[in-house]
Amino acid sequence: MKIPLAYNLRNLWTRRLTTLLTVGGIALVVFVFAAVLMLAHGVKATLVSTGSDNNVIILRKSAQSELVSAVSRESASLIETFPEIAADNTGKPIASANMVTIINLRKKKTNDMGNVTVRGVSPQILAVHPEVTMKTGRMLQFGSNEIVIGNAIADEFDGTAIGQKIQIGTSVWTIVGLFDAGKTGFASEIWGDTEQLMLAFNRPVYSSLTVKLKNPNDFEALKTKLAAEQRLQELEPKREKQYFEEQSEFMATFIRALGLVITIIFSFGAMIGAMITMYAAVSNRTVEIGTLRALGFRRRSVLAAFLVESLMLSFFGGVLGIIIASLLQFVTFSTTNFGSFSELAFGFSLTPDIVVGTLLFSLAMGFVGGFLPAFRAARLNIINALRAS
Amino acid sequence: MADAIVQVHSVSKSYHRDSIEIPVLQNITLDVPEGEFLALMGPSGSGKTTLLNLIAGIDRPNSGSINVAGTNIVQLNESALARWRSRNVGFVFQFYNLMPVLTAFENVELPLLLTHLSKKERKEHVETALNVVGLADRIHHYPKQLSGGQEQRVAIARAVVTDPTIIVADEPTGDLDKKSADEILLLMERLNSEFKKTIVMVTHDPRAAERAHTTQHLEKGELIQ
Ligand SMILES: Nc1ncnc2c1ncn2[C@@H]1O[C@H](COP(=O)(O)OP(=O)(O)OP(=O)(O)O)[C@@H](O)[C@H]1O
Ligand SMILES: [Mg+2]
Repeated sequence: MKIPLAYNLRNLWTRRLTTLLTVGGIALVVFVFAAVLMLAHGVKATLVSTGSDNNVIILRKSAQSELVSAVSRESASLIETFPEIAADNTGKPIASANMVTIINLRKKKTNDMGNVTVRGVSPQILAVHPEVTMKTGRMLQFGSNEIVIGNAIADEFDGTAIGQKIQIGTSVWTIVGLFDAGKTGFASEIWGDTEQLMLAFNRPVYSSLTVKLKNPNDFEALKTKLAAEQRLQELEPKREKQYFEEQSEFMATFIRALGLVITIIFSFGAMIGAMITMYAAVSNRTVEIGTLRALGFRRRSVLAAFLVESLMLSFFGGVLGIIIASLLQFVTFSTTNFGSFSELAFGFSLTPDIVVGTLLFSLAMGFVGGFLPAFRAARLNIINALRAS
Repeated sequence: MADAIVQVHSVSKSYHRDSIEIPVLQNITLDVPEGEFLALMGPSGSGKTTLLNLIAGIDRPNSGSINVAGTNIVQLNESALARWRSRNVGFVFQFYNLMPVLTAFENVELPLLLTHLSKKERKEHVETALNVVGLADRIHHYPKQLSGGQEQRVAIARAVVTDPTIIVADEPTGDLDKKSADEILLLMERLNSEFKKTIVMVTHDPRAAERAHTTQHLEKGELIQ
């Protein structure tokens, strides 16, 4: 690399309008690309943070989600007696038998119907999920038709204020509180008493059982025990984190695949833009190229110089695109999670991996777009290039 | 007499346009002794630029040999030739051919980037060269901010900064008014007499040729005595 970088930088500055347009085109593609990765990551982060290291969720074997799982009362009671499970100071096992279903509520903004997950929980639920706290109102009273609403959906749907009533199953429920589950998937749920909800839906079994381990390392022991117990053959324990991660995988993969297709199509535009810009640069500077070669610069120096110029363009585009994409972190997004078919609120999150990946992607565009023009510059014949004036 | 520093022997050159062969130079033999200031004259299209380009190693003959300071440059491969040019040839063009985005200093420094000189040494060389051409006060100016004559002086500084074996100049005054042209010719003369530079200069201008020691005439691709 003998030709100084200042030569490229100042040339970019000299034709700043073209530079700006090219950089803008690349930035747009980079923005889309980064946004997609951030979204996929946001979904995953939301769902994974829903789980806790200490918790184990017990589902029917081969059940992909709580919605299609079933755990009998007998099995749940039996598991709760296992010594690996933590107990509160009164000696009660810390566990929640869940009943999960979906209801329809009207969205405030669009007036559309949206799916909301309703989770029946046991009295120990706040001990199972200590990260969940009451925000306003109070926790529901077990044994009654009271419900509490997650922070991410309280504002989204009609009739979700404290004191209002909602029809769920065959009963009417009163909202008594709003809980704060941060940015987890629980924030998009409605919680009620499992036993009451099972009555309202006339269901004989739970969907799942969540238990807290005394020690996260006891998971394998619990698993072995479950496998050995004749009466629990149809059940399977999963680390809660892993369960929610699996729930996120399908969604994240779908977003990434869709995003990739869009990005690839867009990136052709950006690469052709960079290519046109660089071809114009080469033809405008033919005499300069001839002069550099006459002075003794090699073909490969010329190739490198024009390639570097294109890489600079794409680097600036990449940085600009990432800066714009980083603003998305302030946006929360709500969409249907295909894992549970219900609304899930999540944010875009920018990670160092995404920054690096996106920059590499933009440099790749600059390389592909700049290669042919740079190659042409390097191939110029000195005499013809000098005669171009 | 010592061996000439440039020895052109039986050189022929033709170009192809489509399938037609256009003969440009026929059987040229020319010696340029060290310290010579040679003017090449002749009508337009007679092959002056072509001959100069062959001597400078940016073009290749179809036959014949070209020796410069003992090296037969016809035999060098492309990258060896590029390296040879960077050490042995200083170029002066009719339209100066400066890089518009680089300052006078950076333009003159350009050929030094192909050497192993340190940044500090390069700076000294560049300042010396710009001093010789009388532009020490314009060191950070861009070509746009200079007059034609000043641009050509920067180009001359760029040509001499590596202390090359020969300087080739293709109509160096062709784009200048009379006054600037005179200054440039005076400078070329000084490079020759004071710094003992061997110069081959193509020109249309008889006054320019007067400044040179010797004049050779080309006509239809042949040297005429
Ligand atoms: N690269 C090339 N391809 C085809 N023909 C060329 C090429 N270079 C020169 N010629 C032809 O060779 C002939 C001599 O060209 P050259 O440039 O050497 O002439 P010149 O004496 O320098 O003329 P001028 O005084 O107009 O600069 C011309 O007929 C020109 O058209
Ligand atoms: Mg000519």
